[in-house]
Amino acid sequence: MKLLRLAPENTKFGFMRFRRVSYPLSAALSIISVVMFLFVGMNFGIDFAGGTQVDMRARSGEAHIAEIRHEAESLGLGAVEVQQIGSDADVLLRLNVQPGGDAGQQAAIAKLRDAFSKDYEFRSVDSVGPTVSAELVQKGTLGVVVAIIAVLTYLWFRFEWQFAVGAIIGTMHDLLLTVGFFCVTQLEFNQTSIAAILTIVGYSLNETVVVLDRIREVMRKYKRLSTAEIIDMSINAVLPRTIMTATTVFLALLALFFLGGHVIRSFSAAMIWGIFVATYSSIFICSPMLIYMGVRADVFDKPKDQDADAKPAQPRVKA
Amino acid sequence: MLRFAPWKLASVLALVAAAILLVIPSFMPTNTVDSVAARLPGFIPMRQIVLGLDLQGGAYMLMQVDDSSAIKSQVEALRDDARQKLRDGKIGLSGGIATQPRGVLVRISDPAERDKAYALLQSLSQPIGGPLAGGNGRTLDVTETDSGVQLTLTDAAIADKVRHAVAQSIEVLDRRINAMGTKETVVEQQGANRILVEVPGLQDPTRLKQIIGQTAKLDFQLVADPGDPPNEVETLPMQKGGGTITVQKRIMVDGADLIDAQQSFDQQTGEPDVTFRFNLRGAQKFGQVTSENVGRPFAIVLDGKVISAPVIRSPITGGTGQITGNFTLDEASGLAILLRAGALPAKLTIVEERTVGPGLGQDSIDAGKRAALVGAILVVIYMIATYGIFGIFADLALGVHILLIFASMVLLEQTLTLPGIAGIVFTIGMAVDSNVLIYERIREEAHLGRSVISALDAGFKRAFATIVDSNVTMFVAAAILFFLGSGAVKGFAVSLGLGIVTSIVTAVTMTRMMIALWYHRGRPSKLPI
Repeated sequence: MKLLRLAPENTKFGFMRFRRVSYPLSAALSIISVVMFLFVGMNFGIDFAGGTQVDMRARSGEAHIAEIRHEAESLGLGAVEVQQIGSDADVLLRLNVQPGGDAGQQAAIAKLRDAFSKDYEFRSVDSVGPTVSAELVQKGTLGVVVAIIAVLTYLWFRFEWQFAVGAIIGTMHDLLLTVGFFCVTQLEFNQTSIAAILTIVGYSLNETVVVLDRIREVMRKYKRLSTAEIIDMSINAVLPRTIMTATTVFLALLALFFLGGHVIRSFSAAMIWGIFVATYSSIFICSPMLIYMGVRADVFDKPKDQDADAKPAQPRVKA
Repeated sequence: MLRFAPWKLASVLALVAAAILLVIPSFMPTNTVDSVAARLPGFIPMRQIVLGLDLQGGAYMLMQVDDSSAIKSQVEALRDDARQKLRDGKIGLSGGIATQPRGVLVRISDPAERDKAYALLQSLSQPIGGPLAGGNGRTLDVTETDSGVQLTLTDAAIADKVRHAVAQSIEVLDRRINAMGTKETVVEQQGANRILVEVPGLQDPTRLKQIIGQTAKLDFQLVADPGDPPNEVETLPMQKGGGTITVQKRIMVDGADLIDAQQSFDQQTGEPDVTFRFNLRGAQKFGQVTSENVGRPFAIVLDGKVISAPVIRSPITGGTGQITGNFTLDEASGLAILLRAGALPAKLTIVEERTVGPGLGQDSIDAGKRAALVGAILVVIYMIATYGIFGIFADLALGVHILLIFASMVLLEQTLTLPGIAGIVFTIGMAVDSNVLIYERIREEAHLGRSVISALDAGFKRAFATIVDSNVTMFVAAAILFFLGSGAVKGFAVSLGLGIVTSIVTAVTMTRMMIALWYHRGRPSKLPI
C-alpha cells in the first residue's frame, strides 16, 4: 500500500532565513492586535459584559427578525441585538445589562417571556447580572495570568534560559494574535473563549517543546554546526510530525466547527486559528530567538557558566 | 525492548474490560440502570454518565442572600422583643420604638422609667457562639441616651445572622424545590452568601422563580382599634382585590411555629383553603391570643400582604386552623407548600440564570455526537492512509482512549457538558500526536540504517520524553481551567485533562504492545511506514 505523505521526505528547508520576514510580520501583527484590542475591542458576551441572551425558535417555523427587533425595542429594555442562528426559525436575542441591579435582569426576562412566548419557544435563557459578570471577568483574567505563570515556571525549570525566553515570546505572540483574532472577527468572547485561549497556550507550548527538545538534542550531537544550521536541521526533522499533528487536530476541530452547533462555534474557530498560529510561531518565532540570544552548542558544555543563578535547570541527560 | 510481561498485557485488557463495564449503563434505559443498581452492592459504580444542564436541559440559578433584608428582619424581631419585654415588665412606652438601619431606639422620656427599661433590655443581648467564637462577643450594644434606650446589633451578630440566613435559606429552598417533585436537584452554598440551585429537566423556570422568590413569612396580627396609638399600627395592602387594612404592628403569632400545612377545602363553602397546625408553643400562644380577643378581627399576613382578616368567633385552643382567602386550588396548594417549607430568613436575588430547554439540549447532544463521530472518522482515515497497519494500531488505541475518558468520567462522577464534548473531540486530534511522535521517530531511526527492531526500540524510547513534556503543558492549562472555570467550561477542562492522561496510556503503552505482538508474529525485515 502506498502511504500518504503530506510532508516531503528529508526536507532541507532553510527556515531560519525567513526570520527576517517572520519577525517584522509577527511584530506588526502583534501591534495591530494590541491596537485593535485597545481601540476596537472584543465583542464581549454576556458572561463578561452582563446582560441577557435568549435563544428563541419560532413556533411557525420562520422567525421575523425585524418584527422581533421592533417589538423588543418597544419594551423599553434599551438596545436589543437580534441575530439569526442556524435555521430560519432560530434567533438569538441579546439585551445589555438592565438598570436596577440584579433584580433588573429578572424583570427584563419576565417582559421578554410575556412578549414572545406565544409565538416563540424559549430554547435557552442566559442572564448574568452585573455582580457575577464582574467576577467572571476577574476569574477569567486570573485564569489566564495563572496559566501563564505556571507555564513560565515549568519552562524555567525545563529548559536553559535562552530556550525558555524563546518559548515565552512564542506563547505571548500566540496569545496576542488570538486576542487580535477575536477583535478582527468580532466573534463573541465568552467563558469558552477563555478555555480556547488556555488550550491554545497549551498547544503552542506543546509545539515549542517538541521543536526545542529536538534542537537541544541536535545541538549536543553536532557541535561544529552553526546555530542556524542546527535549528534548520531540527525543524526539518520534526516537520513531518508537526504537519501531521496540526492536520489531525485541524480535522477534529473542523468537524467541531461545522457540526458542533452554534454554541461552540466561536470556540472552534478560535482553536483552529490557534493551531495555525502556534505551529507558525514554534518554527518562525521561538526557534530563531535562539539565534538572537546567541545560543551556541557549547551552552551544554559548561552548565555552570556565568549565568549560574539564572539557570536553575540543568540539561537533562537522556537515556 | 519490545517484550513485556504477560501480566502487563493482562492488566491492559482488564482495564479495557472494566472501562467497557463502566460505560455500558450509559447506553441503557435509565429505569433499567436504576433497578439493576439497586440490587448491586453500593461500591459497584453502576451509574450513567451525568449530563450537564446544557445537554439535558434544566435551570441553573445563582442567588444572593440579601444581607440588608436579613438585617432588616432581625431589626424587626428586635423591635418586637423589646416591646414584649417592656410590656412584661409593665413599663409604659411613651414615645414608641423607632427602627433604625441597624438597631432600634426605645423612646422613654421619664428618666426613672428609662433606667428600669435599660436594666430590663440589657437581658436581650446574648453571648454569641460560645467560647470558640472569640469569647465575649454579644449580639447587642445597649446604651442609655437622653431620649431613651439605644439597642444596636453588633457586627458579630450581623455576620452570624447572615451565616445562619444562608444555611437556613438552603434548607428552606431544598424543601420547597423537592415539593415540586423534580429529581436530582442541587441546592448548595457558593462562597459566603450565594446559593446555587440546579433543577435538571425544568423547562419553564417561571414556577421555580415563584417558589424561590417568595419569602413566605406568615404573621397573625390583630386588626387595629381606632384607639390604638398611631406609631403602633401599620397599614397593609390586601393580597387580593385591592384595598388596605390597618393592623397592629405587634405580631401575635408567626409562621415559625407552624409544623404542618395542607391544602384542604372549606367545610361550608367547599372552596380551597389551607389547614395549618402549630407546635405546642404556637398552639399555646394562638389559644391565648384568640381567647383574649374573641369578637375581634384577626389579620393573616403573608409577606406584608393581608390574605384575609376573619373575626375570631371562639377561642382556638387545639392548635389548628384554616386560612381562607378566595384561593384557587393551585394557590392553596402552593401556599401550603411554602408554609410547610418555612419562611426564608432573607430576600434572595437571582444574580445569574441559565435555562436550557430540553429541545436545545437534545440538539446539542446530537451536534456533539455528529462532530465527535465525523472528527474521529477523519482522524482514523488519515492515520491509516499515512501509517498503514501502524495507523490501525493508533486508531485502536484512539478508540480505547475515548472509552477511557468516558469510563473515568463515570467513575469520578464528572459531568459531561457541550464544551466537554468539544474537549473530547479536541483530544481525539491530540491523542494521535503521541503516536505520530513515535512513528516519525521510528522512521527517522530506520532511515539512519537501523534494523527494524532497533528502530522501533529507539523510536519509542526517544519519543517518550518529548511526549511527556509536551503533554505536561497542556495538562497545566486544563488543571487551571478546572480550578478557575465555572459551569460548562469546567466540563471542557475535565475532558481535556482526563484525555491527556488516557492518551499517554493508550498511545504509548497500548500501541507499543500491539506493535510488539505484530513484530513477534511476523518478524518483518522492513517497516511498513
